[in-house]
Amino acid sequence: MRSIIFASRNQKEIIRDPINIAFGIGFPLVVLLLLSAIQANIPVGLFKIERLAPGIAVFGLSFFSLFSGMLIAKDRSSSFLLRLFASPLTSTDFIIGYIMPLFPMAALQSGFCFLVSFFLGLQANVNVLLALLVLLPCSLLYIAIGLLTGSIFTDRQVGGISGALLTNLSAWLSGTWFDLNLVGGTFEKIADMLPFVHAVDAVRAAIAGEVESIFPDLWWVIAYALVLLVAAVLVFKKKMNSDQV
Amino acid sequence: MIAIQTKALTKRYKDILAVDRLDLSIEQGTLFALLGVNGAGKTTTIKMLSCLIRPTGGDAVLLGDSIITEPEAVKEKINVSPQETAVAENLSVRENLELIAGIYGSDKKESRSKTAEMISALGLSDVAKQKAKTLSGGMQRRLSIAMALISNPQILFLDEPTLGLDVFARRELWSIIKKLKGKVTVILTTHYMEEAEALSNNIGIMVKGKLIAVGTASELIAKTKAQNFEEAFIALAKGSEVSR
Repeated sequence: MRSIIFASRNQKEIIRDPINIAFGIGFPLVVLLLLSAIQANIPVGLFKIERLAPGIAVFGLSFFSLFSGMLIAKDRSSSFLLRLFASPLTSTDFIIGYIMPLFPMAALQSGFCFLVSFFLGLQANVNVLLALLVLLPCSLLYIAIGLLTGSIFTDRQVGGISGALLTNLSAWLSGTWFDLNLVGGTFEKIADMLPFVHAVDAVRAAIAGEVESIFPDLWWVIAYALVLLVAAVLVFKKKMNSDQV
Repeated sequence: MIAIQTKALTKRYKDILAVDRLDLSIEQGTLFALLGVNGAGKTTTIKMLSCLIRPTGGDAVLLGDSIITEPEAVKEKINVSPQETAVAENLSVRENLELIAGIYGSDKKESRSKTAEMISALGLSDVAKQKAKTLSGGMQRRLSIAMALISNPQILFLDEPTLGLDVFARRELWSIIKKLKGKVTVILTTHYMEEAEALSNNIGIMVKGKLIAVGTASELIAKTKAQNFEEAFIALAKGSEVSR
């Protein structure tokens, strides 16, 4: 019950910040429309809506690292977390409270992305529901990154790391903007070792209805998400018991 | 009845001894001011007593529960208003209060009635619907104290509650704090002499982590044969430094 009360506060804090709404929902949709306009004028296979929409859906989730990271870092710097650490909230309450409200928001954002994609030619069928399910572990991946960075860095640093570095890194290495095979070499190898391209490929497989192709890629995402989540929980718990919140 | 009893409470950060074998006894219902210059160890003491940091030595018993062995039980009885205002910025005054009431175990109905009570008691009615980030510094402090009081704590820690406030906002907060006397055990840290003198039943003076004197303002003035409390504080603090 306490964790739900805390989660509700966290949800309000995030959705009441207009910058979060602009970046979380507005910006990915603008990119989707822009790249679709390019596709309409100069057809590029990569920007076909059934390949583009999954990439944008995953790109949109990268902002959730920023939201969760900023919220935790601000709570630390404003001493709000200090006040709550003196309360009967347990570490489990904190972790559930920070993670849970972001899932429905992430699902809503992905839903918006696909809804707009329907108007751009994406087929509305059961595969979209499958894609939304595949996006859940992808959401966890980005939320865990936010929990980890928010527990370690200041809100300014989180802005730089999650807002600039991660969103760009996860976009470039996802195979959404350009085909990674065309770059090849070390760049492609690094991209393959990271979860971002696997997240996009898993959602693309879901949209294409190729169920058997989802899992090799989704395992990468799930493994990364779990490792990062465990790391984030351990760091947060350590902060709770340390001298410096 | 004793509300707080510390036994050789110590906190060391590497080479710095922040709190040095603090022995303190505070009666229930009293307002105890911890006075000292910056770095004297006041905030560290409050953080240890409110289970936010672990002591490196000694222990403290709050209403029968040890901060080392029973921190969960201690947390149920206390609340803290930190040095920074520590409010949820995008939540309204009412929502901030309901949040804290809920975290301390009140159901929705009880949270609402306690919130209404706090809003009225601390003069927050005019700003109840306003987001916390839009409040003035004085109102944010008021909200911070209301958030600390809404759980009906038996012991309340106020860490420099009037820091940075103008004289009017400070006096308004003083009158709120004075009303708590006899009902709640309040531990207040400050480096304003007049604040300690005006508000507290007892004053403890800390210098470089050590508690060097405890007494009422008039007892400390008499002890040092000073003209006023500020001179008494200076005499005690300087005397302590010379004897080190």
